[in-house]
Amino acid sequence: MHIGKYIDLVHRTEEDLVDAFKLVSKAHSDEVDVEQTCVLLSSWSKKLADELEPIAKRYKKEGDKEPDRLTKTLLKKARKGSMALLRDLHDLYLIVSEVLVCCTILKQGGTALEDEELVSICEEIERQTTRQSSWLMTRMKSAAPQTLIVAK
Amino acid sequence: MEESRDSIKDIWGERTPYEGEWPARSDQRTSEEPDHWVQSACVLCSNGCGMDIGVKDGRIVGVRGREADRVNHGRLGPKGLHAWVANNSKDRLTKPLIRKSGKLKEATWDEAMDLIVQKSKEIIENDTSLGMGFYTSGQLFLEEYYTLGVLGKAGLGTPHMDGNTRLCTATSAAALKVSFGSDGQPGSYTDLDTTDAILHFGHNIASQQTVLWTRILDRLAGPNPPKIIVIDPRETYTAEKATVHLAPKLGTNVPVMNGLLNLIIEAGNIDTEYIQAHTTGFEKLKKIVSMWPPMRVEEVSGIPESKLRQAAEILGTAKSLVSTVLQGVYQSMQATAAAVQVNNLHLIRGLIGRDGCGIYQMNGQPTAQNTRECGADGDLPGFRNWGNEEHVKQLAELWNVLPDKIPHWSPPTHAMQIWRFAESGSIKLLWISGTNPAVSMPELARIRKILKKRKLFVIVQDAFNTETTKYADVVLPAAIWGEKTGCFTNVDRTVHISHKAVEPPGEAKSDLDIFLDYSRRMDFRDKDGNPLISWTTPEEAFEAWKKCTKGRPCDYTGMSYAKLTGGSGIQWPCNEKYPDGARHLYTDGMFNTSIDQCETYGHDLDTGAAVTKKEYKAMDPAGKAFLKGSDYLPPHEMPDEKYPLWLTTGRIVYHFHTRTKTGRSQQLHDAAPDGYVQISEEDAVKYGIGEGDMITVTSRRGKVTEPAKIGGVEPGLVFIPFHYGYWDNDKRSRAANELTITEWDAVSKQPHFKYAAVSISKEEDSILNKLGQAVETIAEKLKPQEV
Repeated sequence: MHIGKYIDLVHRTEEDLVDAFKLVSKAHSDEVDVEQTCVLLSSWSKKLADELEPIAKRYKKEGDKEPDRLTKTLLKKARKGSMALLRDLHDLYLIVSEVLVCCTILKQGGTALEDEELVSICEEIERQTTRQSSWLMTRMKSAAPQTLIVAK
Repeated sequence: MEESRDSIKDIWGERTPYEGEWPARSDQRTSEEPDHWVQSACVLCSNGCGMDIGVKDGRIVGVRGREADRVNHGRLGPKGLHAWVANNSKDRLTKPLIRKSGKLKEATWDEAMDLIVQKSKEIIENDTSLGMGFYTSGQLFLEEYYTLGVLGKAGLGTPHMDGNTRLCTATSAAALKVSFGSDGQPGSYTDLDTTDAILHFGHNIASQQTVLWTRILDRLAGPNPPKIIVIDPRETYTAEKATVHLAPKLGTNVPVMNGLLNLIIEAGNIDTEYIQAHTTGFEKLKKIVSMWPPMRVEEVSGIPESKLRQAAEILGTAKSLVSTVLQGVYQSMQATAAAVQVNNLHLIRGLIGRDGCGIYQMNGQPTAQNTRECGADGDLPGFRNWGNEEHVKQLAELWNVLPDKIPHWSPPTHAMQIWRFAESGSIKLLWISGTNPAVSMPELARIRKILKKRKLFVIVQDAFNTETTKYADVVLPAAIWGEKTGCFTNVDRTVHISHKAVEPPGEAKSDLDIFLDYSRRMDFRDKDGNPLISWTTPEEAFEAWKKCTKGRPCDYTGMSYAKLTGGSGIQWPCNEKYPDGARHLYTDGMFNTSIDQCETYGHDLDTGAAVTKKEYKAMDPAGKAFLKGSDYLPPHEMPDEKYPLWLTTGRIVYHFHTRTKTGRSQQLHDAAPDGYVQISEEDAVKYGIGEGDMITVTSRRGKVTEPAKIGGVEPGLVFIPFHYGYWDNDKRSRAANELTITEWDAVSKQPHFKYAAVSISKEEDSILNKLGQAVETIAEKLKPQEV
C-alpha cells in the first residue's frame, strides 16, 4: 500500500507552503497586497498541515522514503522585482497545483478505504487550496501585462 | 449678506416635523441681490441637493435650495450655502503652468497641451499606453468622465484609470456588485419618509449629509418617529440621536454584523419565502454567523451583549428598514465583507425593493456614482463586465473600434496599484484631475516621494494650486461647478443638471474641453479613420452617454437636457418603461446576477481572488441575489507597546476633502480653522493632557502635531480629521494621512484609513525638547557634508 506516501507528500508540501508563502510575502513586501495575502494563505496551509498531521502519522510506515517534492526545485529563494514577483507567484501556483492533484488522488484512495476522516480532510484541503490557487492566478493576471510589456 | 438661516451655528436649521410628504423649507444665502438664477445642484457632498446659482453682473453672488427638488425640498447645508464663494477666489488658477528649470511658469494652452501630447507619444512609442495612468475624481460631471473613459479605453487603450473614488466609494460599488450582480443603489430617499427603523453603519450622516439628516430629524420630531441604530466608535451627532448606539473597537465590523445576523436568524425574524425565492447561499451564511454568539462578539468588539440584543431586536422586527453605510465600514478592515452583511440583513428579512426599505451604500463625493458608471474608475461604462466578451463587443461597436483595443485583457488597475506602478517606474505619466492626493492618499511621505520622481511626468488639472500641483510638470487650470454645464447622479440615483452660470476665470477650461482638446491633438481615430470622439459640447456628450447606457441597469435613455431642466432631478433607470424614473430597483426580487447581465463574476471576500466565468456559469444564480458571509480577520496593524493607541481619521461638518473650496470660505474656515486630535477623558488624564495642548501623534510612517480636543471617543482611540494640509499653513506637520497605512481591502481595493497604531506625546517647551530640536537641526546641517 502506497497511500501513506501520498499523505506524506501532501502533508510535507503543505508544510513547505507555510514557509513558501511567508518567503514570498517577505521578498515582495513592497507589494502590500502580496505581502498581506501571502501571510493569510500561509496561515491556511498551517491549519491544513496541522489537521493532516494525525492522519499522516496513522498511515506512516517505518522506513518509508521521503517522497520527492516540487518545493525542492521551486522557490528555494525568493527574488526581487516585478518579473521576480511573477515568477515567484508562478512557482507558488505550481506547488499549490501539486497539492490539488495529490488531493484528488488521495480522495479516491480514502473513499475506497472508507476512511471518512481522510476524505473529509481531503475535501477541506481541496476547498482551501482552490482558493489559494484562484488568488495566485488573479494576482498573476493583474501583474502580467505590465511586467511583460513595460517593466524593466 | 442675506441669509435665510445661520447654518454655521445651527447646522440643520429649523424643524419641520412631518408624516407623509416632507415639507419644503427654502434655504438661501446671497451676498448681493442676483439679477438672475441658474439651475444647478450642490457638489459639496454625495447628497445632490437641487440648488439655483444667483448671478449678478456675471459673478456668482449666492445660492438657494430648489423647493421642487425631490432630494432636498429647498434645504441646503452649511457647505452648500457657503462654499460657492471659492469660485470667486483670487487664488484661482487662470493660466496653464509648465515646469521650467525646476519652477512652474505660466504658459499658453498650446505649449502645455503640445508638451503633454509629445510626452504621451514618447511613452506610447517606448512602452505602449501601459506607461500612462489617469487618476481622476468624484467631482467632475458625467459628460467629462465618459469622455475620459472613452479616450482612455478606446483611444489609448490603457487599463490604468481610476478615481479618488477608490478612497471614498469603491466599497459601495463592490458590495452592491457582490450581492446584486451590479452597482446601483436599490433604494430611494423617499424611503426615509415612511420607514420604521434606520441603521447608520460607520456613517456620521449628521455631519456628512446634513440635509439628509435633516429629513431624519424632521421624522424624529414628527408623530411616528423611526428607531435609529448607530454603529460608530465615536459619539457623533448621529450617535446622540440613536435609540441604540453600538461603539465597536476598530476593525471589528464583521464580528458585529455577524453577531446581529446570528441573533436575527436565531430568533426566526427572517422572511423564509423571500430567501427561498430570491436568494442563494443562505445555509452557508447561517453557518458562518452562527459562530458569533453575543458573548464572543462582546469579547472581540467590546459591544455589551445586552446592547447587541437590543439592536438585533429592532433590526429583526422593524416592518421597514433603511440602512446607510459609509467610511467607517468602507475604509476599515474587511470593508466589502462588512458592507455586504448590510445587504444580507435586508435580503434575509425581505426588506428591499419597496417603499420604506432602502439600502444606501453611500457615496462620499457628489459625482462618485458617475465615476463608476462612466468607466472613469476602471470599470467598463454602463456597468459592463470586462470579463464578458459580449459586453466588450457592445462597446467596441458603439465606439467603432476593434474589441482588443479596449483593455479587457487585464483587470482594471485600481488607484493603489496605479501609484505602485508609478513608484516602481513602469507608469511614467500620471494625469491627475480634480483631486489632491498629496493630502488625501494614505502615507503622504510615500506619495510625495512618488510625485517627486524625476522620471514620472505629472499633470495636474485643478482650479487651485494645491499640495499636489507643487509637484506637477504641467498644471492645467480647470473651470468648476457654475462655470460649465453637465450632469451628475447622487446616492439615490437622482440625476441633476448643473447649468453654466458664469464664465470661468482667465483662461481656465472645463475638464470636458481639456479632454476633448487632448483627444483631438492625439488624433484618436475609430477603425474607419473617423475621429473617435465626435462630440464637442456637454449636451452631445450626454447624448453619447445615453446610447452607452441603453439596456443597462443605469439606463439614461429617457432623459434629456430639456427634461432635466426645470423641476426636480430624475432617478435612473429612466427609459420607455420608466419615463419619469424608477423609485426602487429590484421591485420584483429579480437581481442583475444572470451571467449575461452581471457586472462581475465575483470575488473571494477574504482574498479578492476572482471567480472565473466558467465557475460562475456552474452556479449561475439567474437573478437571485447572493448571500455571502465572511469570518473575522483581525486588522494588519494592532496597537502594541511602542504604538499603544488606535488612530482613526474622518471628516468634520464644515469642510469637504482637502478644503480647496471650503477652506476659502471665511465662515467655514472660521468654524473649523485647524486640525485637532480627539482623545478620551481617560487618556487625557493618563498622558497629562489638557484641552488645546499641542500633541504629537506618531505612527510607523510619520508624525503630526495637533491641538488636543478631549472627550467623545472611547479610551485607547484617537481621532484626527483628514481635511487639513499645507496650502494655507505649512508651519507644522498636520495632515492626518502622514500617519495612515498603505494597504487596502481585498475586494474593493479601498485603502484602510480607519485604523493605524500610534503613540501620543505632549509637546513641551522644556529644555530637553529644545535640545532635541537643536541636535536635529545640527544633524540636518551636517548631512550634505557627509554625502
